[in-house]
Amino acid sequence: MQDLSLHILDIAENATKAGATLIEIDVSENISKDLLQISITDNGRGMDAEMLEGATDPFVTTRTTRRVGLGLPLLEQAAKETGGNLLITSHPGKGTEVVATFQKSHIDRRPVGDMGATLTTLIMGNPDLDFIYFSNLDGEEIEVDTRSIRGELNGSVSINDPAVIRLIKNLFKNNMEN
Amino acid sequence: MTKLKIEDLKKIKESMKGTVNLRQGEYRVKITVHMGTCGIAAGARTIMNAFLDKVEKSEATDIILTASGCAGLCNHEPMITLEVKGSAPVKYVKLDANKAVRIFDEHVLGGNPVADYALSIGSETTY
Repeated sequence: MQDLSLHILDIAENATKAGATLIEIDVSENISKDLLQISITDNGRGMDAEMLEGATDPFVTTRTTRRVGLGLPLLEQAAKETGGNLLITSHPGKGTEVVATFQKSHIDRRPVGDMGATLTTLIMGNPDLDFIYFSNLDGEEIEVDTRSIRGELNGSVSINDPAVIRLIKNLFKNNMEN
Repeated sequence: MTKLKIEDLKKIKESMKGTVNLRQGEYRVKITVHMGTCGIAAGARTIMNAFLDKVEKSEATDIILTASGCAGLCNHEPMITLEVKGSAPVKYVKLDANKAVRIFDEHVLGGNPVADYALSIGSETTY
């Protein structure tokens, strides 16, 4: 993965496969602590203790099309390369939270990348699910909540209409070089 | 705080008035971008956005662009499955943005599959 936004897309895709209806993505930096933290929280079916144990093992996957699962191990590696870590908490029937922490100034910390492309790709691919996105990077906060967009559109236009997607993408115009 | 402006959403609603919204149900063409870890690492998001640009510019409302997971052919990523109602689905493999543009122009709009990029023509359908 070239940047963190691709990791986020990948982990959020896991959440969509776990039967989630609401997925929250938070990307925030803490300048004084030199940290960058990404959290992806879903209300999907969750994992039991045994599955959670194996979640960052590349040879554990729920997929049936192949026998390896690299999404979480790759994110864990990206975090650990910067002296950070990956924490996963999960409760069966309630959902899963994945939190990756990075040392922001570390030379091996990959750039955040194009979060607008990640979010719009998620919405395009999963127009029936809701996403809450919040980021606080370089002093700029961005918030997108598909529930309120959906409410505003009131069924007359779908959330995955190219015009709506364009509008969401444009929110990120100034925020692509982290 | 950067947020969507309600006025902008209202404008979209206004501009859509009178047009039939086909994006939720019926469609003529369905483009599925395979979006597993393998696909994403190989550039699936770029493919999704290339098609999105084309769909937007074409102003077609009978094309669905969506995503699915890994299809088990990770070495062929980025990959899409293109379904045109009434014809066999086509899996296109090892794509980039330029190939996506050609597939959109020739197959989605023109109705002629691009054999150069196809893995196979005729497998499963999802409708």
